[in-house]
Amino acid sequence: MLHDLSHAETERAFHKAIWGIEPPAGVTAPDRADVAQRFKVYRNNVQHSLTRALAARFPVIEQLVGAEFFTAMARVFIANAPPRDPVLLRWGDCFATFLAGFPPVSHLPYLADVARLEYARGCACHAADADPVAPEALTVPDPGALRLVLHPSVALFTSQMPAVQIWQSHQPGSTRRPFARGPDHALIARQPDFTVIVERIMPDTLAVLAELRDGATLGHAATKADPTPALTLLLRHGLIIDTDRGAVA
Amino acid sequence: MPQLPRTTGLGFKPEHFRDIMAEPGVIGFFEIHAENYMGDGGAPHAMLAALRADHALSIHGVGLSIGGAGKLNADHLTRLRKLIDRYQPESFSEHLAWSSHGAAWLNDLLPLPYTQQTLTTICAHIDQVQDRLGCRMLLENPATYVTFTQSTWSETDFLTEITRRTGCGLLLDINNVFVSATNHRFDARAYLAAFPLAAVGEIHLAGHDTEELPSGPLLIDSHGAPVADPVWALYAEVLGQIGPVPTLIEWDTDVPGYPVLLAEAAHAQALLQSVKPGQSHAA
Repeated sequence: MLHDLSHAETERAFHKAIWGIEPPAGVTAPDRADVAQRFKVYRNNVQHSLTRALAARFPVIEQLVGAEFFTAMARVFIANAPPRDPVLLRWGDCFATFLAGFPPVSHLPYLADVARLEYARGCACHAADADPVAPEALTVPDPGALRLVLHPSVALFTSQMPAVQIWQSHQPGSTRRPFARGPDHALIARQPDFTVIVERIMPDTLAVLAELRDGATLGHAATKADPTPALTLLLRHGLIIDTDRGAVA
Repeated sequence: MPQLPRTTGLGFKPEHFRDIMAEPGVIGFFEIHAENYMGDGGAPHAMLAALRADHALSIHGVGLSIGGAGKLNADHLTRLRKLIDRYQPESFSEHLAWSSHGAAWLNDLLPLPYTQQTLTTICAHIDQVQDRLGCRMLLENPATYVTFTQSTWSETDFLTEITRRTGCGLLLDINNVFVSATNHRFDARAYLAAFPLAAVGEIHLAGHDTEELPSGPLLIDSHGAPVADPVWALYAEVLGQIGPVPTLIEWDTDVPGYPVLLAEAAHAQALLQSVKPGQSHAA
């Protein structure tokens, strides 16, 4: 009997019907004939709003596969991996894995890496705030003993494919250029003016940045490669937020 | 918690930030969706801090799922508390609706039956929210497209009983009243006559879309159009009964340029100011 449906049962039936075809038992309207059309408003709201939230997080993926395909694919993704949390700015961490295993896009092997890059960009957008040090903080006696504290938004990205170049070529105003063969590396971070940068870097620069991020002294990082390009990038984008003397660490 | 000014406010849209800060203080208060400010840092917090410095603030949650059958999300309550502690808003409000089921988050405000059982659950949820957040909250009446055969309470009686049991206030969304009244073929004025107006701490106004069903119109609470004339008329009547109330213009989809929102706000402000100064707000 419908009147015996508990709160939890009603909710379960409603939730199931959002992903189904028929409206759930127990919902009604003045004219019972249009209950299905009325219920469709909820189904559309849920699917449309989540699809748009996903597209906002992965705009280049949407460009690469086209809006219509993206919407259809998003429906599959959302039904299988709905957000687990009302804070949607954290959602999408498993989208890259989904793309890597979604047969209809298996002919686009770079898609998962572009999605990883876009997710990392979003994380940089919302990472904690921290003010950069003045560039003079590096002009000290024995700079080789310095350890750098990097901005919380700093992320190092690597793809075995030209994923960074593909992403860059889908930014407004970018010109079409032939891609250099991968792997691609990038520094992803947020500047003090809140712009998120995706800066394609050479393997040597990546090696130095990885050392610095992991707490190596400048002197140790310099054993990997010339640290100048890495330091220039970090200073130019305001990404060093503190320094300390290596000996204390 | 200090109170919102009895003037007009706007839902804050980041794309309007420059316009707002070019002439701060023109608008009485701004309202934000709490969940958009739950990252650790970055532009959203920088804008909100600047906005808050010059304006009263209403934090409007869309994520608690107060009308859900399950337990409230304790992590989410903690995040809300953090946001409230940081920005010290003049008001916190949420919805008579549910949005999550089990572990899944549905990102929409979904309806629920009004029964003895749902009443008990919702009151317990509101007690928990007010206790955890350390403030009185406002609960918003929903816009709905279906009702439930098992409902044994009218929506207005249900809301009245919630305020009586929990001491929470109400956020009266007059567009939602008009949308639901049209959709369920009842009289919006009769609904408002039964609504516990004394508990209203804020009013929402927004635009809606219209679909045609074989049985008549179905209004969609789209927040993507100007406030409709019948909604303005109901608003003026409510003000006539309870005096000036903080009033928010919501516009969340197809957001127009700032001047369009200012014009909507000016219309509401004119109606607010036409209410006799002697009339006092009952809440």
